[in-house]
Amino acid sequence: MSEQAPRSLPAWTGNLLLSATTFCIFVAGWEAAVWAFGIPKIVLPPPSAIAVAFWQSLADGELGWHLSVTLYEILVGFVVGSAGGLVLGFIIALSPLMERIFYPYVVAFQTVPKVAIAPIIVIWFGYGAASKVVITATIAFFPLLANTIMGLRATPQDQVDMMVSYTASRWQVFRMVRLMQALPYIFVGLDVAIVLSVIGAIVGEFVGAKAGLGYLILQKNFNFDMAGTFAILIILSLIGVGLHVVISMAQRRIVFWMDMSGEHVTGA
Amino acid sequence: MASAMPAASLAPRHSAPAAAHTAAQCLVRIAGLQKIYKTRDGNDIHALKDIDLDIRDAEFISIVGPSGCGKTTLLKILAGILSRTSGEVTMAGRSLSGPSRELGVVFQAPVLLPWRTVLQNVMVPIQVQRRDRAVFEARARALIAMVGLAGFEHKYPSELSGGMQQRVGICRALVHDPSFLLMDEPFGALDAMTRESMNEELQRLWRESRKTILLVTHSIPEAVYLADRVVVMTPRPGRIVDVLDIDLPRPRTLAMQNTPEFGRFVAAIRRHFGATGSLDT
Repeated sequence: MSEQAPRSLPAWTGNLLLSATTFCIFVAGWEAAVWAFGIPKIVLPPPSAIAVAFWQSLADGELGWHLSVTLYEILVGFVVGSAGGLVLGFIIALSPLMERIFYPYVVAFQTVPKVAIAPIIVIWFGYGAASKVVITATIAFFPLLANTIMGLRATPQDQVDMMVSYTASRWQVFRMVRLMQALPYIFVGLDVAIVLSVIGAIVGEFVGAKAGLGYLILQKNFNFDMAGTFAILIILSLIGVGLHVVISMAQRRIVFWMDMSGEHVTGA
Repeated sequence: MASAMPAASLAPRHSAPAAAHTAAQCLVRIAGLQKIYKTRDGNDIHALKDIDLDIRDAEFISIVGPSGCGKTTLLKILAGILSRTSGEVTMAGRSLSGPSRELGVVFQAPVLLPWRTVLQNVMVPIQVQRRDRAVFEARARALIAMVGLAGFEHKYPSELSGGMQQRVGICRALVHDPSFLLMDEPFGALDAMTRESMNEELQRLWRESRKTILLVTHSIPEAVYLADRVVVMTPRPGRIVDVLDIDLPRPRTLAMQNTPEFGRFVAAIRRHFGATGSLDT
């Protein structure tokens, strides 16, 4: 204990300090540039105006309502979509017959830009939250599907051989090894899906909505309230970062051995 | 010395000290074992051809041979993770097909599960075979202590060195108290110093447990140092060309490796690989 005391602060405080400094320099530069070049507020608002707009939106009760609508769409869409991807991923990875039946359609559907079908979904499911949940779920579905299939196939053969040599059944090999090997991949899928879910909900609201942060952005844009628009963008990125942190924390707890061995699964 | 020469050893049963070993003491009997792989272009590869071998109870037997001689294939067939094309394998009189609870296997790589602690890894066979956890956990802890890993029970594999990981693998192979231990080049990835100390440990472990051990290796000195008998295999097709009785006294010491007797055994085995040169890949 006493040995560690003289050591400097842990690495992450350094990183945080660096990020904070960079942020301050960036914001100060932005503010100075807007002021120096006389850029009109409706083109690029200065950070100070955004801060004021941000504060006003918070103080004024309407933001809370729109925020809760969008969060609801993101979370429900994420849960439904990733659960669906997970389940179909297991089915396809474990049954060659199911793979032959489903996989061609999955690939075909995956290549369709989900944003392009958003207008159709809004017509089918209406202007309320349901259509945004469906769009979000459709987008969150594929990262989970692809990563679950990849993860369940990632078990090294020598681990299977080891289990079989100790008379493990297929089910035991699945439960004790293949499932565990799939977890890091599944978390990569979840991390990608949560970020895409935010996009899905906003796109849905852009296409047609009565509430939500996307709807609010459009409204502020029509009124040339650029500072207000930027303020909502900040809220959206905070949502994205927050959800990503939640997933990362769960990942570190559940797939703890990946951090220990220094191996990381990247990409999606 | 003469007894180690091919004439006697090609028929392994002849090399058994006469009256002492009866058929009842033969634990594993391999007769006419063949393994043929089909390649994609339709050719047959004879990985194993006419393998006959009797392994006695509590015997330490080593198999040496260059890469591709089928020694690992033979071990995998005995372990039940590879099928055989033809032939018979019996263990304690019963036909052996598929994995058996009476076997413990140590692999080339430690093959530990990274999300399990040392103790949890050692307990894998107990969990798989649904044996009494309380009883065998005591045994697992004793084994871990025996290989010098006491205090590491709750560490994860990534916190251990390669030699320590392989020792965990050996504990796992022994935890369910199998009568027959199969080891597939278990020390191949270790440095020379660690390897020598692991060889000493393995000899001690074998002497104390009196298990039957089959060790596959491509180190001739390791084979001679540890084994009662060394089985020599050559590739294309994989077959047994010699079986040598190593009648060096026990317990053996590392210093023994410098004696002329030891050297003669090594030379007699190496003679078989004159054409292929080194055993190493």
